[in-house]
Amino acid sequence: MKIWVSAALLLLGSMMSGAIQAQSSELYQQLGERSGIETIVEEMLLGVADDERIAHYFADVDILRLHKLISEQVCNVSGGPCEYTGESMAVSHNNLGINNADFNALVEHLIAAMEQENVPVSAQNELLALLAPMHQDIVE
Amino acid sequence: MPKRIFYGLSALLLSAVQPALAQQFESPGSRLLATGGASTIEGSGGGGIVPWATLSSYADEGEWGATVQMTEVQVDDFSLSVQGASFNWNNRVEISYARQQFDLETIGGELEQSIWGVKARLSGDLVYGVMPQVSAGIQHKSNQTFALPQAVGATDDSSMDYYVSAAKAWLAGPFSRTWVANVTLRNTEANQLGLLGFGGDKENSREWVGEASVAVFLDRYWAVGVEYRQKPDLLSFAKEDDWKDIFVAYFPSKHVSLVGAYADLGSIAGLASQTGWYLSVQASF
Repeated sequence: MKIWVSAALLLLGSMMSGAIQAQSSELYQQLGERSGIETIVEEMLLGVADDERIAHYFADVDILRLHKLISEQVCNVSGGPCEYTGESMAVSHNNLGINNADFNALVEHLIAAMEQENVPVSAQNELLALLAPMHQDIVE
Repeated sequence: MPKRIFYGLSALLLSAVQPALAQQFESPGSRLLATGGASTIEGSGGGGIVPWATLSSYADEGEWGATVQMTEVQVDDFSLSVQGASFNWNNRVEISYARQQFDLETIGGELEQSIWGVKARLSGDLVYGVMPQVSAGIQHKSNQTFALPQAVGATDDSSMDYYVSAAKAWLAGPFSRTWVANVTLRNTEANQLGLLGFGGDKENSREWVGEASVAVFLDRYWAVGVEYRQKPDLLSFAKEDDWKDIFVAYFPSKHVSLVGAYADLGSIAGLASQTGWYLSVQASF
């Protein structure tokens, strides 16, 4: 009996992890894979640069490197074949004094970029849900 | 729909969507689209008939915001007109005011009430973190027309409602859609919102009632949902029923929201199964 339960659990476990992986990579595809993600992040950063509420945070930032890192991160969390090579969110945003309003402004530019690229609403929501927990490490 | 309401609604709508005028508005605040919700018939920010833990307008910490609203409800034998405004400071405190005119179309006559509301966000956040946003509020209601409520057994022409609300959004809930749920516990002695006065000849005590709303966003701009509101039943002349509605909300921008609903208000003042439509426009600054 015990062995059957273990086997069933093992099977269930592997099915579930398989399902999660499939779902994640489906999100990666819906975002347009590597190039789609790079376009979304580029549009988001263009929006940020024009936004006087938050542009000053990025004044002294190497924007090409930032674009590369955010793209890696989005690729990685959406289940794509990427490694995020940057610092942790807590470290990279330490002492920047970012508040709720700043965080929301960036989210708005991300949403606008995804709308622009015709990313399905379901995929938009899944990515936002994956990124939202970073709020606690970024906002002071 | 009375003419004054029609013109009022049109003017409000036009002023909110007209780009030239919209540009003169103050920046509408930093919270995400639709998180300001709509205005309730009692003036507080929320759904349509249930106050939510969310505060009206898009003001975040360090900002202030304001809204104005007009709402019309038309059921079989009654109509309700509401005009209201609210002020939000720091996404911490909401102050609201609403005027209600309740037209007894079949019975004859009109009832009027005004409601001042204060709501404070106590903890949590609608969108971020694990904990729900929790707020507590007070609504001070006073009748301008107490003769009829008194005649049918109400004991007071003014009273307070106290409530606690909790609300949470799931960014990617079922069907990968964004869902919002709100529950509210209210302590009240109001008959039909207070339009029929406060306290009663059948029971003259305060009661705890439960209220709830669930909404799903189809995309970034459109939401559909349901609301349920328990009501006390304190007057012996007529049974008071719980209210429910099913609604569609549209948030074209942070400056304006539109809500249309089908409402089932049950029996009112002895006239059974009052159902009909609900339309609300809110402009946010």
